[in-house]
Order: sequence, then structure tokens, then C-alpha cells
Amino acid sequence: MKEPENIIEMKQVLEAALLTSPQPLSLDDMLKLFAGRMERATLRMVLDELKNDWEPRTMELVQVATGYRFQAKPEYSAFIARLNPEKQPKYSRAVMETLAIIAYRQPVTRGDIEEIRGVAVNPNVMRQLQERDWIDVVGQREVPGRPSLYATTKHFLDDLNLRSLAELPPMEDFAQQEIPLDR
Amino acid sequence: MSETSLLTSVQAKIKGELLTELPQDLYIPPDALAVYLESFEGPLDLLLYLIRKHNLDILDIPMAQLTAQYMGYVEKMKAINLELAADYLLMSAVLIEIKSRMLLPKPAEITEEDDPRAELVRRLMEYEAIKLAAQRLDDMPKAGEEFVVAAAYYQHVSEIKPPEVSLDELVEAWRNVLKRAKLNSHHKIGRAELSVREHMSQILRRLKADGLVEFSQLFDVVNEGLPKLVVNFLAILELAKEGLIRITQQEAFSPIYLQVNSAE
Repeated sequence: MKEPENIIEMKQVLEAALLTSPQPLSLDDMLKLFAGRMERATLRMVLDELKNDWEPRTMELVQVATGYRFQAKPEYSAFIARLNPEKQPKYSRAVMETLAIIAYRQPVTRGDIEEIRGVAVNPNVMRQLQERDWIDVVGQREVPGRPSLYATTKHFLDDLNLRSLAELPPMEDFAQQEIPLDR
Repeated sequence: MSETSLLTSVQAKIKGELLTELPQDLYIPPDALAVYLESFEGPLDLLLYLIRKHNLDILDIPMAQLTAQYMGYVEKMKAINLELAADYLLMSAVLIEIKSRMLLPKPAEITEEDDPRAELVRRLMEYEAIKLAAQRLDDMPKAGEEFVVAAAYYQHVSEIKPPEVSLDELVEAWRNVLKRAKLNSHHKIGRAELSVREHMSQILRRLKADGLVEFSQLFDVVNEGLPKLVVNFLAILELAKEGLIRITQQEAFSPIYLQVNSAE
């Protein structure tokens, strides 16, 4: 094994690691590839170059919450989907609304979620979101019963191609016209 | 009109029309309940639908009729979903309370009284925003669904090393560990946008894992830019305000400690 000596060789090592990694690689992960012989700033520059190199090809290098990963450009997804004809089951409205409340109002308790939705939270809904590793418990609120506080995970951001919660569409986008009190 | 005759008369009409569209008022015949329970996510959702689609006036709901209807549902829902019946019952109680407060004459000395409908309207609008946000989240591309993540195969090669270890190797290994520990000590910061809520969750996770944490340890002054430090500080203030963490200091200028607020 010969350590990479120039930018081109370093880029090749990075490319191989990123293409084979089952999860996104953080900058710290990628620095390990070069056993301490690479500066952070250099790594960022090489990543930018790698991103540009792949521009004309079928994969793109993207940054998500936990790091960088290669993914097929969106225009190929419909073709790739034909390999697995069984359709992904859709989440129910209850699941999506619960997820939205946790994403926008975190950290929240089940009581907070029930207050906003006006119905009791089905334990099954929380279980589905936890099994997907999209939400987890980050603490307890110090009120009687010490209810768990839920927040979204980095994995949730990764799965939605987001680097941070700040990239979610702002809540103001969803404000509708006032409900008039006098007609 | 007795409750039974009210129910049967509307039921017949609905049966004739085979439930092609949702009813114009709050009334849903118990027979159709199972169907509607699936179309609506609860009383807020149903009320929102009636207000937005059919211009229902919150003030104009016939309360006697509504009460009779809801009692009918409760009977039916005992068999289907008692918890949901309770949610609908609560809503009807709220509506009746609003109506009765609107009807009562206001004492002259009380000039500024909140409109009893304001809280319900606030809840309806908040729920509506969340409902739309949920639809948008659902429409966003997701890994493994709308886009596919690369996962090329590679031949895994494990280096088999002889078990003998010299003193030099041991020293070198220790140096490497120290070096790597130093590398890992850098906080992982991308060029991320800043969200106070996200920082709140991060701090809670940290406090949950480490227990008591000194205030300054939550700030990576060397690696984090000023905006990030400020957002982090705001997150701490917000957590304190919501009573989720406890901040303690023995005396002025001594270290400040943070911990998850616990009862004991």
C-alpha cells in the first residue's frame, strides 16, 4: 500500500471510500483515510473537486446532516424503482402529522402532540417513527408523570436530504387565511 | 323531535344518497361513522373541514342538535373506538361552552374580555399549519424512495498481523491513540445552517449522556463561529425557560453547571 502523493490520488481514495460506504462519511471519517496527513481545508477543496468531476455523470456527491454521500441523480430513481416493483407503503396522515409536529416544535411530549392534533396519540404511530430511526427520546419534562420529550434524529435529516432542520420549509409557508369571527 | 326520530330521518336520506359527499353540517349518522373516522384525523380536522369548505360559522352551530348527535356517536363508538369518542365529546363540550359564553350578557364593568372563540381559532389554525407541513414532508424526496444512495461493493481485506508486539510498537500505538483522540475531540461542524430547536435537542442529548456538564464545555470556542455560539446560548436559555434543564452556580464567578432537570 502506497500513501497517496498528490491531489488526484487523494481524490481517488476519497471516491472509493464514499462509493462503498453504507452511510454518509463525516469530515472526521474521511480524514482517517489519510492517517492524519490531510488538512481539513484541503479535504474540503478535494471534495469540491470530486463533486465537480461527477457533474456530467449519473451520481452526485451531496452533503447531508451526518456527512457526504454519493447518490443517484433524481432522474434515474424511476428506472431503479422498477427493480423493486412492490410499492413502498405510505405513512398514514396520523404518522406524518405527528412527525411534522416533532420536527417543527421539538422537543415535545405526547401531550403536546395531542394538544395540537386534538386526538390521542396512538402508540403505534410513535413506534413506527422510532423504528425508522427518525425520532428519539431526548429527555423527560419535569411535570407529574415525567413524560418523554421527543426530537428528530440526524438520520431523519439524512433521509430527507437535509443538512439541518433550518432547511425545512419555514412554518410561515403554511399559514392560511385567518378564520373570521364575524361574518 | 326525539333523538331517535332525528337520527332515523337523516339516516334514510343518507342511505338514499349512498354517502357520495360529506354532510353540510356537523351531523354524521352513526352508520357512516366508521367511514368518516378514516377520512378525518379527529374533531379539529372535522371542524376545520366544515369551516373551510362549507363556511360553517362557529357561532352558528345548533347546540341542542349537536349534543343529541354526539351522544348518538358515543353509543356507536363504544363498540369502535372509545378514545376517539372522548376526543369528539370534548370538542362538543368546548363548542357548547363557547356558545353559552357568547349568549350571556357581559357585565358592564368587564370591558376587555377575550373572545371565547379565540383559543379555538388559534388551535384550528395551528393544526391547519401542521397538517400542511405534514403534507409537504410527505412530498419531500426520501432516501430509498425518491432517490437512491450509492452502495458499491468492495472486497473487504483484513490485514492479518502476527500477535507479537515490540515496545516500540506499543509506544507508537499509544501515540496514535492520543493523536486520534485529539482529532476526534474536534466538534463536527459542517457549514450547517443554525436552528435553535436543533441545538436544544443536541444539548439535551449531551446532558442526558454526561449528567452534570460545566457551562463552558458546551461551547467549542476554538472551532465554532460566533453565530453558532450565539445560537447555542439561545438554545440553553430556551431550555431553561421551558424548565427542561437546571443551571446552578455556587457563588459569583464560580463555574456554572447544567443538568437535565430531574425531580430528585
